[in-house]
Amino acid sequence: MYTTLILVQTLNGLQFGIILFLIAAGLTLVFGVMDFINLAHGVQYMIGAYFAFAFTSWTGSFGLGLLLALPAALVFGLLLEALVFRHLYDKDHLEQVLATFGIILFLNQGVKVVWGSSPLFVPVPEFLQGSIVLFEGFFYPTYRLAIIGAGLGVAALLYVLVNYTRAGMLVRAGATNAKMVSALGVDIRRLFMIVFGFGAMLAGFAGAMVAPILSVEPGMGDNLLILAFVVIVIGGIGSIRGAFLAALIIGLVDTLGRTFAGDVLRLFMDPGAASTVGRAVAPMLIYILMAAVLFFRPAGLFPVKR
Amino acid sequence: MTRFTRTFAAATLGLLATTALTHAQSTDPMKVGVIVTLSGPAASLGEQARDGFQLAIDQLGGELGGVPVEVVVADDEQKPDVALTRVNGLIEREDVDVVVGPIFSNILQAIHKPVMDADRILISPNAGPSSYAGAECNPNFFVTSYQNDQVHEVMGRVAQDRGYERVFILVPNYQAGRDSAAGFKRHFEGEIVDEVYTQLGQLDFSAELARIAAMQPDALFTFMPGGMGVNLVRQYNQAGLKDRIPFLSAFTVDESTLPAQQDAAMGMFGAMTWAPDMDTPGNAEFVAAYIEKYGKVPGSYAMQAYDTAMLLDAAVEAAGGADDQEALLEAIRTADFQSLRGDFAFNNNQYPIQDFYLVDIGQREDGMYQTQIVEQVFDDYGDVYASECQMGG
Repeated sequence: MYTTLILVQTLNGLQFGIILFLIAAGLTLVFGVMDFINLAHGVQYMIGAYFAFAFTSWTGSFGLGLLLALPAALVFGLLLEALVFRHLYDKDHLEQVLATFGIILFLNQGVKVVWGSSPLFVPVPEFLQGSIVLFEGFFYPTYRLAIIGAGLGVAALLYVLVNYTRAGMLVRAGATNAKMVSALGVDIRRLFMIVFGFGAMLAGFAGAMVAPILSVEPGMGDNLLILAFVVIVIGGIGSIRGAFLAALIIGLVDTLGRTFAGDVLRLFMDPGAASTVGRAVAPMLIYILMAAVLFFRPAGLFPVKR
Repeated sequence: MTRFTRTFAAATLGLLATTALTHAQSTDPMKVGVIVTLSGPAASLGEQARDGFQLAIDQLGGELGGVPVEVVVADDEQKPDVALTRVNGLIEREDVDVVVGPIFSNILQAIHKPVMDADRILISPNAGPSSYAGAECNPNFFVTSYQNDQVHEVMGRVAQDRGYERVFILVPNYQAGRDSAAGFKRHFEGEIVDEVYTQLGQLDFSAELARIAAMQPDALFTFMPGGMGVNLVRQYNQAGLKDRIPFLSAFTVDESTLPAQQDAAMGMFGAMTWAPDMDTPGNAEFVAAYIEKYGKVPGSYAMQAYDTAMLLDAAVEAAGGADDQEALLEAIRTADFQSLRGDFAFNNNQYPIQDFYLVDIGQREDGMYQTQIVEQVFDDYGDVYASECQMGG
């Protein structure tokens, strides 16, 4: 029984990690390539979920809703870039933090005005409903497996895009030395815009994918944003590969920690104290991990070479 | 020109002031301050309370006990510091006679003292913490909902009566969550296989659900208000647990969350003092009027606020106005009004003595979802803290 529980929790951790990766991928690119701190990245995840809700209820199909939500999230990201972010690239980090924090407040309130404050819900598509039997007596929701599959697909696509295409090469070059890329005649502003729009779309995709399992509500991206920053710090700022591995590590450590911290402590403490300590320690694990990584490898696990 | 405008404005203002003054002298309306949560993730609860109270005032023709009433609504934003500022505004600037609110117990902790210090009447239409039910009870403070523990006690009683031996407890890690687990255990004598405390505001319960599935308890007891409950209920369903492990809950499946939970909540259980389908005098009319005006099924939050207005209506009438506070307090204590939930009386600590029910979820003819009565669990039930209160008796 215990091994299967570990297996199911590992899948849960993977699924959580995949969602984190989708958010962190855009964040690490924007931070790494443009040296721009975008706190509003979590809001773009929320916007993706709201778009998925709006288009799904409009078309009546989650597949179509998802297909429409992606370009909508892209357009929304580009719009934000043109209206706000473009004017902040040359400013220092404090001003970027203040401005993008303002966008969080504005958009959280904005979705409340448009869609109301109650949590909304997107139905799970018919063919992905229910659970698959993984083991005798053990079930795993089909939709969560679909999230893992879709996320791995996106990761593979990103890998190809970044490593084997001209745009990807420019992005990598930009992450290493943006000024030099610009001096070589590349329109760096346009590159920034594309990177930004793409990052927004990935976050929106994550939001749309979780809409059927989590409720869609104002502020849903705020907590994930903090985790996404932890991911890119551990992975190395600007590195997609680092973000992928760090996201999976964070997802697994957080999920397994929440489940098994108490059980592990019970081996050498009395049960009452173990569950109290386990409860307190579990949410700290990822931050302890981050502190350890920063201590031994200050630039992250996969630093971009400069 | 500017001089003309200024003179004109001054004259108008003077005129307005005079009319306002004469108006105040002639009718002397009663003022009620309603302070509830109207923004943030729990805004829908406060909206229900505000709307339920307003519905009653409208049905009473804008009067309480024949006295014209002015209702001032304030939003506490679910933040104790904001609530303190707003309630001071209600007392000092608006000079209200009665404060009705709030929704959340931690907000009540913030506003209880200032309202008591100002010697106004405070009626909580929802929050019923243990802190003011025992030794700290106060003659100016009333609760028209329940003492918080009672709802959880109902579920413990149900689990005990049904012969469940192994129960899994899943609650958020904050004061109300810990109180909830303690309330459940008061009547449940079986084994608690595990008590899991999640972070407040957690939305993905996959890790906890896998653990529940592995432990195979006889039942789950949970307390996940608001968005947490929406997610837990839907994920519990998706994980295929609903048909295998009974879902006993408090404040997790109710009219505030059902619009988002819908079918997923069918077959799950809750505990309450009332349900929209209850056959009590005036209840069907109340539910119909609320749906017609606000387009939603009223939940306990709306019912309790409506009852609060009706309680005030009866008390002001019996006391012959709101000017004599002693007489008004005495009249409120008798609770001589028709509650939508049937039996209703105040205990010596001025928390209610009432019946409690097990409820489940049903779909109405209009397609909306509501809670419905399964069976009565407690009859004329008071809370355990009342004996520590030195008032009345």
